[in-house]
Amino acid sequence: MEETPHRRRAHTSTRDLERYAGLFAARTGVMRSSAMRDLMAVTARPEVISLAGGLPDTSTFPAGTFAAQMTRIAQESTAEALQYGPTEGFAETVDCILEVMGAEGMLPDPDDVIVTTGGQQAIDLVCKTVVDPGDVVICEAPTYPGAVPVFCSYQAETIQIDCDTEGMDVAELERVLGRLDEQGRRPKLIYSVPSFQNPAGVTMSLERRRRLVEIARQRELLVVEDNPYGLLRFGGEPLPPLYQLDGGDFVIYIGTFSKILSPGIRLGWAVAPPPVMEKIVLGKQASDLCTSTLTQHFVREYFGEGNWRAYIDSLVEIYRDRRDTMVEALREHFPAQASWTEPEGGLFIWATLPEYIDTGDLLAKALREDVAFVPGQAAFVDESRGRSSMRLNFSGVSDDEIREGVRRIGKAIAEQVELYGALTGEQEAVPEPEPAPAEESAADVLPFRKTGEGSA
Amino acid sequence: MKVAVLKGGRSLERGVSLRSGARVEDALQRLGHEVQPIDAGGDLVKLLDGQRPDVAFVAMHGLGGEDGTVQELLEILGIPFTGPGVAACGRCMDKVLAKHELRDADVPTPDWFAFNQTAFRELGAADALGKLEERLGFPLVIKPSRGGSALGVKFAASWYEVPEALISAFSYDERVLLERFVEGRELAVGVLGGEPLPVVEAIPGDGDRYDFEARYEIGRTEFVCPAALGEDEAEAVRSAALGAWEALGCSGFSRVDLILGDDGPQVLEVNAIPGLTDTSLLPQAAEAAGMSFEQLVGKILELALEQAPV
Repeated sequence: MEETPHRRRAHTSTRDLERYAGLFAARTGVMRSSAMRDLMAVTARPEVISLAGGLPDTSTFPAGTFAAQMTRIAQESTAEALQYGPTEGFAETVDCILEVMGAEGMLPDPDDVIVTTGGQQAIDLVCKTVVDPGDVVICEAPTYPGAVPVFCSYQAETIQIDCDTEGMDVAELERVLGRLDEQGRRPKLIYSVPSFQNPAGVTMSLERRRRLVEIARQRELLVVEDNPYGLLRFGGEPLPPLYQLDGGDFVIYIGTFSKILSPGIRLGWAVAPPPVMEKIVLGKQASDLCTSTLTQHFVREYFGEGNWRAYIDSLVEIYRDRRDTMVEALREHFPAQASWTEPEGGLFIWATLPEYIDTGDLLAKALREDVAFVPGQAAFVDESRGRSSMRLNFSGVSDDEIREGVRRIGKAIAEQVELYGALTGEQEAVPEPEPAPAEESAADVLPFRKTGEGSA
Repeated sequence: MKVAVLKGGRSLERGVSLRSGARVEDALQRLGHEVQPIDAGGDLVKLLDGQRPDVAFVAMHGLGGEDGTVQELLEILGIPFTGPGVAACGRCMDKVLAKHELRDADVPTPDWFAFNQTAFRELGAADALGKLEERLGFPLVIKPSRGGSALGVKFAASWYEVPEALISAFSYDERVLLERFVEGRELAVGVLGGEPLPVVEAIPGDGDRYDFEARYEIGRTEFVCPAALGEDEAEAVRSAALGAWEALGCSGFSRVDLILGDDGPQVLEVNAIPGLTDTSLLPQAAEAAGMSFEQLVGKILELALEQAPV
């Protein structure tokens, strides 16, 4: 096919550029380009096995169902589905949201809910509502890579609290809050992904959830709970969301249909106390007036069929198998010095390598072998952190691709480990199973030790 | 004229190359040429052979496009192309080879030693590292021999930082060089058909070193062109740049990167096909010489046709 001719506007002179540069708002100076942007451009090549994405598997969604629903929308509600809608979203969409939240034991007041353009917009709107330049925002270390540019664009001073296998270290959070107290400062919000965290794959324990909610209540601080993966649990007992424990006074809840239905429909939501919600609605009005009415109709039809839980169950089956495949491949192909999380749900595994390996550089090497992952630094505001970790996605790739992708990354790591041995005279890595790790309370902070190794 | 613009490819600098290519295509269209954009992939030769352009504008950076590979194919196909030829591209891309050529031609370049992975893995080269301290001193710059855009370049302030930096550099190439760090001003001289363009100085913001992201983000690095240099200094810089251009056998256009330290200018590397993006240095230098981007592209094309074998 011939390329459609189109006009390209080129900057013709440096002066033009300087003219624009002079117009940029101060916040653009701290906006981060996504880390390793140019390397990631190469990951889009079709021959690359990408464990870098955050994609749910949409290939098993029944095409017949999709066609039938869209046809019904066209036949019965064309005019409405093509029209603007209320900023807060349709009441029918909110009903679907209440069903989803009910499945995790939450019962919000429908008036506290706003439908947003994906969960990402909800993060943006909450920050827009409460964060002034220089305000403190607290999040986990590592944190959701997509939240980092949001915090940066509102010029927040972001403090990251280490995670361990039980999620955010709440004791450390209290120490940080104490230090801030001494300076007469308090954070505007504490952002957390408590279940199957992106990128670390860890889940906050019940005890810490209770403590976090208690701290928020005592200190009257806002916790922002981002819960895209809560219903994607492969094993273990479900834990109550922070929102349920708190009752919705100091916890703002963010949910999304992206991981339980489709990210392409761009439907998420936020639940907040009325005074906060009022401002969020005004913010959304300024941003995009309303969320897509067409896809809200789709969700209404889809939930009307009553099979949405069964579809999630089918996703859980697929993802559990893929996680198992990835963990098995990691055990086989990653060196003994590497460690990784074994998530009970969600989409991601977080792997940590010996600290002399920079995963940004490793990515360049891996790309020569046509495999990609997300370097850990993307999950930190301070780019010097997370340098020896990586995020691996298992939900959007087939078992074969997972095995082959991990094998190739493992080979690249093995070469670096061997080289380090040759450079320093340190013992070369012998990939033998370690005995089960002994008690490690202090060392249990990220980087994680691998679990289950040697005991299976 | 039918002009094929070769861009993209598989190199790590694919993103930069796509931006260079897009800008060149726009300029060529404004100049009234028939533009054939080609994202260089498995069908490159077939496409070129089918389209038979009058000339190919090579807007590719990094391995594959800047190292002589694509140039060799264009020679086989008998299609004239922009920028340096096969041999010059090969010399520029390999920093170790380039530094030997510069040294042989008495063009100043910082002292260095180079190693390949085999030396460490099989010949115990690690034991030689200790001897480098007296020869080069610290800090050291450690970089992959082939590669551009500062990818994999690390500074080592002491021995403790050397192994890690070596592993980073070896992620990009089988051979790395350890180079004496020269404190000084960062300069770039674009050379167009053997004539130097005004000198550009890159002044990194916030004490940052001139790194990969700073190079391609508006506002991260301040560029001054022409650089504020005394007459003698400017002459020494130009002469070092031209010396490097000649020593490596460049033609068409290229960019010479230098450091101006206490002992005068030292050539760090020559980019056979420098970036042509909005924030790239060569277009800025051309502009300072009163040449618009269209004029620059037109001139580069003209040089390609002049040097093409008849």
